[in-house]
Amino acid sequence: MSTVLILADFSSDKATKTTAELATAGARIGSVTAVVLAGSGKGAALAATVNQGPIANVLVVESDDFASHGVAASADALASLVKEKSPAAVLIASHAFGKEVAARVAVLTESGIITDAVDVAADCTATQLVFGGSTTVHSKVSHGVAIITVRPNSVEADLSASSPAITNGTATIGSDAKKATISSSQPPVKGGRPELTEANIVVSGGRGTDGNFAPVEAFADSLGAAVGASRAATDAGWYPHSHQVGQTGKTVSPQLYVACGISGAIQHRAGMQTSKTIVVVNKDPEAPLFDIADFGVIGDLFNVLPKATEGITARTN
Amino acid sequence: MKIAVCVKQVPDSWAEKKMVNGLLDRENVDAVLNDLDEYAVEEALRIAEAHGGNEEGGAHTVTVISMGPDRATEAVRKALSMGANDAILVSDSALAGSDALATSAILAKVIADGGYDLVICGTESTDARMSVVPAMLSARLGWAQLTFASKVTVDPAGKVSITRVTEAGVDEISAAFPAVISVVEKINEPRYPSFKGIMAAKKKVIDQKDLAAVGASAQSAWSQVNDATPRPARAAGVKVTDEGNGGQDLVNFLAEKKLI
Repeated sequence: MSTVLILADFSSDKATKTTAELATAGARIGSVTAVVLAGSGKGAALAATVNQGPIANVLVVESDDFASHGVAASADALASLVKEKSPAAVLIASHAFGKEVAARVAVLTESGIITDAVDVAADCTATQLVFGGSTTVHSKVSHGVAIITVRPNSVEADLSASSPAITNGTATIGSDAKKATISSSQPPVKGGRPELTEANIVVSGGRGTDGNFAPVEAFADSLGAAVGASRAATDAGWYPHSHQVGQTGKTVSPQLYVACGISGAIQHRAGMQTSKTIVVVNKDPEAPLFDIADFGVIGDLFNVLPKATEGITARTN
Repeated sequence: MKIAVCVKQVPDSWAEKKMVNGLLDRENVDAVLNDLDEYAVEEALRIAEAHGGNEEGGAHTVTVISMGPDRATEAVRKALSMGANDAILVSDSALAGSDALATSAILAKVIADGGYDLVICGTESTDARMSVVPAMLSARLGWAQLTFASKVTVDPAGKVSITRVTEAGVDEISAAFPAVISVVEKINEPRYPSFKGIMAAKKKVIDQKDLAAVGASAQSAWSQVNDATPRPARAAGVKVTDEGNGGQDLVNFLAEKKLI
């Protein structure tokens, strides 16, 4: 049976749900080995959290180069494992770090690369939603090992408990990969809300908030949702740029997307139109986003959201 | 300093895009300079200006490098009108359909031959949205990778530091020249080309090279599209007008859909 390498994805020293999603997709192709890249002495603790999804083996590589040389060191290590194991595919989370690691691994192993897959089939065919989700594409790597990055929250994860065999491995990190040095790293400011691209529910605010995101945040919190923003709102400095949803921001595909005071320029749609259910609140009945809304409320978000928040809180208490 | 900026001509992000024979149809849409590359051009100009400028005959130059069809000269010309000194455009019919790997190989060859200190890119193109070319360039050139920069600080003596901002957090990273940098939107406000800049750009040199002149050969794409299907348009659902009950209507909808 062929082997599939997945690059285990961590947040706050715990394997993320994305790791289980990668394993779920990988297990269709072959036996899954999760690669854990860890700092010296930290591998066992990280590996112990890789315990969900169809993972046969965990391969731990420890090196302090991962913390000090980031993407390039991680890619060198993974590429050397790819050369050693000759897997059928390598699956990596499709975020900035994962895509860059995949990019370097593709160069180092002379392999084709597909990014932002929303699904991967047993024959390594990847499904992508391109042009802002308006077109479904099936494609396949035709040279070397299939290097595929998979968008978080797209594959339905098999979250059953697993107890993979844990082994320690070594990997080569070349001098070119150590040319950039990280002097300090700060984790993202969490603010208690889920990560935008991984959240099941996203509530976003736009121009209609007029700079006041309080009702958007309160409604998001009642739903346990992440908060997003349109480009108009981030350009105006009303909300951090890291929360921008759209063509030049993040692409999200949650179960539920609630757009508040966002008219829905094509660039915003590009970042959210693959959401399973779309709800729009806008006082302008002509707002184009209503055209793709499963449910629309024509009204002022400052009236609608507080009542909705009250309604949700009443149900959950 | 010799600074290179990699730019790409892309379909206007307002344009409706279509796939034809497994490739994006680039012929029948308006083409523009990739939005996100404007930040790279601006940052390159600011780095040069912070250390004496890139006036003709000065210590610093900003060179625009692109790969694309003949008409990509329009996008390159825009970068020149912002203030870059000159440009290299690799254009060859054998390069049509190149993937990111093939593109990065050609760009890396041009960059390696040019003896640059820094290469600056946008984080992604708004058409393919892969975000992989800067990392590929770094891997191919064996240069430091300083990507997703929200701040770039350059010591012209040969050191560069960035603040990297991604969903994984904030990193401070530094390296000696040469380095590949990618800059995020919001690092700066790209300037509008002035009338003077536009006029000056008409006289600037775009060195258009085919593959033979670059000294490289075309490599076929290492991934293939099997099929591309437009997704059915989303139909509008229920729309209610808030007359005091809009909030509760919304809650009821969510409950009905079992989303709460």
